[in-house]
Amino acid sequence: MKPITAALLIALLSFSLGLYLPWWTVAVAGGLVALVLKLRPVAAFLAGFIAVFVLWAGLALVRSSSNDHILAKRMSEFILKNDNPWMLILLTALIGGLVTGLGALTGSFLRNWQNATRA
Amino acid sequence: MRIIKFLLSLLATAGVIYIFHTRSVLPAPLGKLLSPQEGIWQNAEPVNASYSDEFRFPQLSGKTDVYLDERLVPHVFAENENDAYFVQGYLHARLRLWQMEFQTFAAAGRLSEILGARAISYDRHQRRMGMVYGAEQMQKAMEADSLVKAGIDAYSAGVNAYINSIQQAELPVEYKLLGYQPEKWTNLKTALFIKAMTNDLAGFDRDFECTEILEALGEEKFRMLFPEVPDSLSPIIPKGTAFSMSAQPGAMPASADSLYFNRTDGSGIDNEFKPDPANGSNNWALSGTRTRSGSPILCNDPHLRLSLPAIWFEMQLHTPAFNAYGVSFPGIPGIVIGFNDHIAYGFTNSGRDVRDYYEITFRDESRREYRFEGSWRPATLRVETIRVKDSADFLDTVAYTLHGPVIYDRARNHEMQPGKAYALRWVAHDEANVMKMWYLLNRAKNYADYLAAIKYFNVPGQNMIFASKKGDIALWQQASFPLRWKDQGLFLMPGDDSSYLWKGFIPQADNPHVLNPAEGYIGSANQRPVDSTYPYFIPGSYDVYRGIILNRRLASMENAGPAEMKALQNDNYNVFAEYARPILLRYVVEQKLDAQEKEYLKLVRNWNLYNNADEKAITCFVNWWDSLQAVVFSDDLFSRPRPLIRPDRFVMLEALLRDSAWLFIDDTRTPEKENLYEMVTRALKKASVELKARESEGRLAWGAYKNTTIYHLLRTGAIPFARSGINNGGGTHVLNATTHDHGPSWRMVVHLTAETEAYVVYPGGQSGNPGSRYYDNFIDTWAKGEYYRAWIMKPGESSDNRVKWRMTFKP
Repeated sequence: MKPITAALLIALLSFSLGLYLPWWTVAVAGGLVALVLKLRPVAAFLAGFIAVFVLWAGLALVRSSSNDHILAKRMSEFILKNDNPWMLILLTALIGGLVTGLGALTGSFLRNWQNATRA
Repeated sequence: MRIIKFLLSLLATAGVIYIFHTRSVLPAPLGKLLSPQEGIWQNAEPVNASYSDEFRFPQLSGKTDVYLDERLVPHVFAENENDAYFVQGYLHARLRLWQMEFQTFAAAGRLSEILGARAISYDRHQRRMGMVYGAEQMQKAMEADSLVKAGIDAYSAGVNAYINSIQQAELPVEYKLLGYQPEKWTNLKTALFIKAMTNDLAGFDRDFECTEILEALGEEKFRMLFPEVPDSLSPIIPKGTAFSMSAQPGAMPASADSLYFNRTDGSGIDNEFKPDPANGSNNWALSGTRTRSGSPILCNDPHLRLSLPAIWFEMQLHTPAFNAYGVSFPGIPGIVIGFNDHIAYGFTNSGRDVRDYYEITFRDESRREYRFEGSWRPATLRVETIRVKDSADFLDTVAYTLHGPVIYDRARNHEMQPGKAYALRWVAHDEANVMKMWYLLNRAKNYADYLAAIKYFNVPGQNMIFASKKGDIALWQQASFPLRWKDQGLFLMPGDDSSYLWKGFIPQADNPHVLNPAEGYIGSANQRPVDSTYPYFIPGSYDVYRGIILNRRLASMENAGPAEMKALQNDNYNVFAEYARPILLRYVVEQKLDAQEKEYLKLVRNWNLYNNADEKAITCFVNWWDSLQAVVFSDDLFSRPRPLIRPDRFVMLEALLRDSAWLFIDDTRTPEKENLYEMVTRALKKASVELKARESEGRLAWGAYKNTTIYHLLRTGAIPFARSGINNGGGTHVLNATTHDHGPSWRMVVHLTAETEAYVVYPGGQSGNPGSRYYDNFIDTWAKGEYYRAWIMKPGESSDNRVKWRMTFKP
């Protein structure tokens, strides 16, 4: 249960931070939640990855479909040399997920280190 | 140990963020770019997005309502004119901000700030050409006129009101891709935009190239290749018109024979970054004597390089002083081409030369002094700082002389001979209140108002067509045209002798013009405006054939209406081929052709002379004729160590029509004397190589061959933002002047009945956002030769169902 709660919290926090702060604060969100919920490293990474993978995929998907994928096709051509909007959404989700997962992992290792020094 | 895991993880996280946030590893900051809350996904405009909104700006004095129709054309109803200009600035910025900025950065020679070091030589050329200097002069003139100043101030304030209101996430896509921020808009930028258009239309010259031809081939051959007046000229102003001459040019200097016409020292300059010489247009007006309704009709289609975002922005401005509809330039206030409740107006490029070069001798490498009339004069040195993205500033010191800026010297072109330099004298450097013309035209009610307005316009030379509901039609070719002695300005001139200066300008009243001609029509298609009876020397770069076909068609118009005008703007008839094909067919030696070449010959022979999209013959004809030019001129011009430019297309055609034994036909590199039969046959064989290659790709049909493409302003750097494969007809010398990336950027037909009836279209869309459905939604209509009926909205129509969205602006 805890990893699921963690993922939900990470998604929520990432979204809230993203309203006012730069994109990479998703890593901060991951790290913070992993720290506070005392997640173990693998669980932390997965929670962070899945949280923002789904969040960013969802946000991108909603925006893109209401746009009839006009921009996604063009940008996909630019970045991936292939006008497939789904590839671009996938890339978006992968980047967001990776950065958040690494942030959460870092948070988990921080907690481990702090515990070790306290013990 | 635990600390190591933590630190490594921290490093990995920071590293990955760095990779996705900067351009140091990847070409684009993918994390920032693809973040749904910050990046390009924010520019994915919902297809049913609403544009309705309410704004409060203290700079406004009254209320302005903007009604947007389903094509996103804003109908602006303002309580006073300056509020209208403010709102226009806001709307231009809202929909086309990146384009406005990019175009004015380019004009100012500041692209290196955005694109890096690869733009330095372009930027340097803009500075050396005096673009910023010219814009500063124009700004002075505009701001000295309190009415114009109020208008451009309001416009700038509107643009800035938008810029100040947006968040990072709302920036246009191009800013996110290129990684920079918009800047404050200023009146200087408005002036720079006008200078950029001026350069596009009056920045083309051949002085260096013609001087090289003169030096290489001598005066007699030069005259054969660059005659002043074509045989087949169909001028704008009817033949037989009497011309006034109220000024005399200076006398040709005594030194001209040796120092001007018989030069032998090459300049060695490659004059680069030229505007497209095809920047031209069509316009015409029919008087009520030739229309079914008895009311005049005015039409205009300006030919420019086609781009996305489109160069034009369509809108209506309704104020107590005027109700104007048409296209505007994002970057300047007012309606540039269009009509109001009383009159209509349009422009084509005159092609007249308003640029000359003067040879400068500096006293020494410091360039502080130059020689003039036997003594040393001080030059003004201006340091241009070119800021370069991710690199150090590039500094260029430009010397300004009495002629103008020294565009080429050893500081720039190290291979030039010591002591030699060239200064540019360009009418665009002179102070003039050009904006006043549009200020007055938007408010004009009759011919007298139009005439008073155009006198403010000094450059580029334009054929300004006019029609009024009262029934008048008129055209003036207007600018400040240099008063030259015969042949002055064709070649580089000595810069130390005052007898080579322009004596002044041709008096405005003597400019070519016509009002209500007996013929009942006036048209211009960039041809020479007048025949050889015009008393002034007027060098320029003119088209010939579109003028011929336009005048021919207009002369046959009886009981015409908008339908005939639309058909005429889309007319694909190739009058050049009408003249040229007989030569090809007569002189080709069929026995020497192989089976495939005979097929191509058959296509050309059976062609109906229309440049339609599915026609293969036109591809064959164009390649055959261009190959003929290549084989004829290759020995004389092209295959030299320093290739010389080719003459205008009409030159070889008219020469061969007159004389099939023209002296240039022979290939002087071979011992035999070639004749026209050999050259025409050789040309077809040469062309067939290209034709076979295209045919095997399935691209022999004209539409597929020319592959009309509307590029984004970043050209090959932004192919996904372009629209290619447009399969339409048209071409050079054809009224529908559509080529690969150039053509009618706006088509307008205005029927001046009591209730104006106007048909319009342009190849683009009102939004500059590649993520918007309004980015390119007009292109298909334009490509098919179709139009939209312009809705000239009236004040009481706010509940009309054509209103999709409403923006309200209050103080």
